[in-house]
Amino acid sequence: MAQALRIWALLAVGAGLALLVALGSGSALVDPLSVPRLLFAPDGSAAAEVLHTLRLPRALSAFATGGLLALAGALMQVLLRNPLADPYILGISGGAAAGALAALAAGLTAVFVQLGAFAGALLTIVAVFAIAHRDLSRVAAAGTLDNAPRLLLTGVMLAAGWGALVTLMLSLAPEARLRGMLFWLAGDLSGAGAPAWPLAALALLLALAWPLSRSLNVLLRGPLAAASLGVRVVPLRRGLYALASAAAAVAVTTAGAVGFIGLVVPHALRLLIGNDQRVLLPACVLAGGGLLVLADTLARTLMAPVQLPVGVITALLGVPTFLVLLLRGGGRR
Amino acid sequence: MMQVSQLRLRAGERLLVQGLDIAMRRGELWAVLGPNGSGKTTLLHALAGVSAPDAGGVLLAGRPYAAWPPGEAACLRGLLPQALADSFSASVLEIVLIGRHPHLARWAWESADDVAVARAALAAVDLAGFEARDVLTLSGGERQRVALAALLAQDPLLLLLDEPLAHLDLHHQIGLMLHLQQLVARAGKAVVFSVHDLNLAARFATHALVLGPHGHRAGPVHEVMNEATLSEAFGHALQRVQAGGQCLFVPA
Repeated sequence: MAQALRIWALLAVGAGLALLVALGSGSALVDPLSVPRLLFAPDGSAAAEVLHTLRLPRALSAFATGGLLALAGALMQVLLRNPLADPYILGISGGAAAGALAALAAGLTAVFVQLGAFAGALLTIVAVFAIAHRDLSRVAAAGTLDNAPRLLLTGVMLAAGWGALVTLMLSLAPEARLRGMLFWLAGDLSGAGAPAWPLAALALLLALAWPLSRSLNVLLRGPLAAASLGVRVVPLRRGLYALASAAAAVAVTTAGAVGFIGLVVPHALRLLIGNDQRVLLPACVLAGGGLLVLADTLARTLMAPVQLPVGVITALLGVPTFLVLLLRGGGRR
Repeated sequence: MMQVSQLRLRAGERLLVQGLDIAMRRGELWAVLGPNGSGKTTLLHALAGVSAPDAGGVLLAGRPYAAWPPGEAACLRGLLPQALADSFSASVLEIVLIGRHPHLARWAWESADDVAVARAALAAVDLAGFEARDVLTLSGGERQRVALAALLAQDPLLLLLDEPLAHLDLHHQIGLMLHLQQLVARAGKAVVFSVHDLNLAARFATHALVLGPHGHRAGPVHEVMNEATLSEAFGHALQRVQAGGQCLFVPA
């Protein structure tokens, strides 16, 4: 417990620093030391204006999205008992992409893009559950090695279907709108201006998931062992599916299909601090949030005034990190 | 401890067990014997309450599973499933501590006492000193013993073990049987284990349940484990011989 608090405190400081850096950097540099003053006592200067209307909402959106993605990834990995699962593995990003791209292709405004994304994600969540709920509702499967294969296969199939639809829309869309569509697909925070919703969702989902975390540790031993240890496996797995899906859906609605945070952050943290979900889930939120804030700051400033989609940065940082961790972890196996 | 009445078990369309009535009491060590696919695992799952039987009743300490809160049932009975697979890195001690889950209060974290219980359980399966090892680096037999230690740390009154001797070497097979015998004799536990080694069953068990294609037999070991019953159940002639003070069954 004391160690968990130390880990969380360390990560919280890291996330706070990431926010400071994000708020300080951009086309108009703000001295990081004066950021807190401008933040809490705006003096009406241009710097304060930029901070409050542009950078703060975007940085907070980035934090919420990163936290949600890492949380969704960690939960999805427990649900599927597969360390390589990510928040999108059950097709949620595919559904969201189809919805968002349809809105973009039609030239609708950002609100409708977000609505389309959310509707697509929701549709996928319901469809996967409807097809694979028997997999979630069974404790003793035919094979005790069962890692919910029907659930995984259903999700992968739906993702493939959505992928085809997305490609179709890309090939038919007017040329002028392709850029926006590609940015959405890569994951982009430039349209994320209202951080209150994703932040509230993040707080709520973490508050709902954390009390389950000791049971999640037990569930990792397999549904049979968990059931015999007094865990109500079926409701727990359904709740887990709902929480992980909701987190992923809010994240893609906010920022598009940002990759790698949901896979790399839980995985890296497991290797660093172990696999106790009680410690891991809050740690994922802090680390995922902080990391996406930094990645988005890079995306804004690296090639300024050109803005890159943040998903490119997370992938470029995530791939080598993941490979290094995998090779290091490979030695331990 | 466990009362089974008119139990019927099915696997798909196939009838495995019908009309099974047994009572398993504290101080009894039950061996469940039978050929592949005879329903040993299905029976153990039904006894553990993790899957519902086709028909009939299973009472744990006088109450059906539906009347037990899952956490309380987990303090009374524990199950060692076959072939637990770990996909994530974790230390051996962490895995064994998971066995303490039903004993912990809602918001509690494992205490020093729980760690002591887990270490004692590891010592009982001859894995003292393995606490910090990553479970993914262990051999099959070592993993099996970690799972056994987790069950011992759970410390239920009734231990249900599905092929606990699988993957274990000879030395650890005997060691485990001696430990189970002690739990039954000294701590007053009840143990039910499925096993393919007839000779270990005959040597250590107090009672046996033989599941065969033509019905089942249950009772004290010396009544149930005889040439006729076992030969019929396994569909292979068995001969009973005495050697070194032990009674052994050898395939004819």
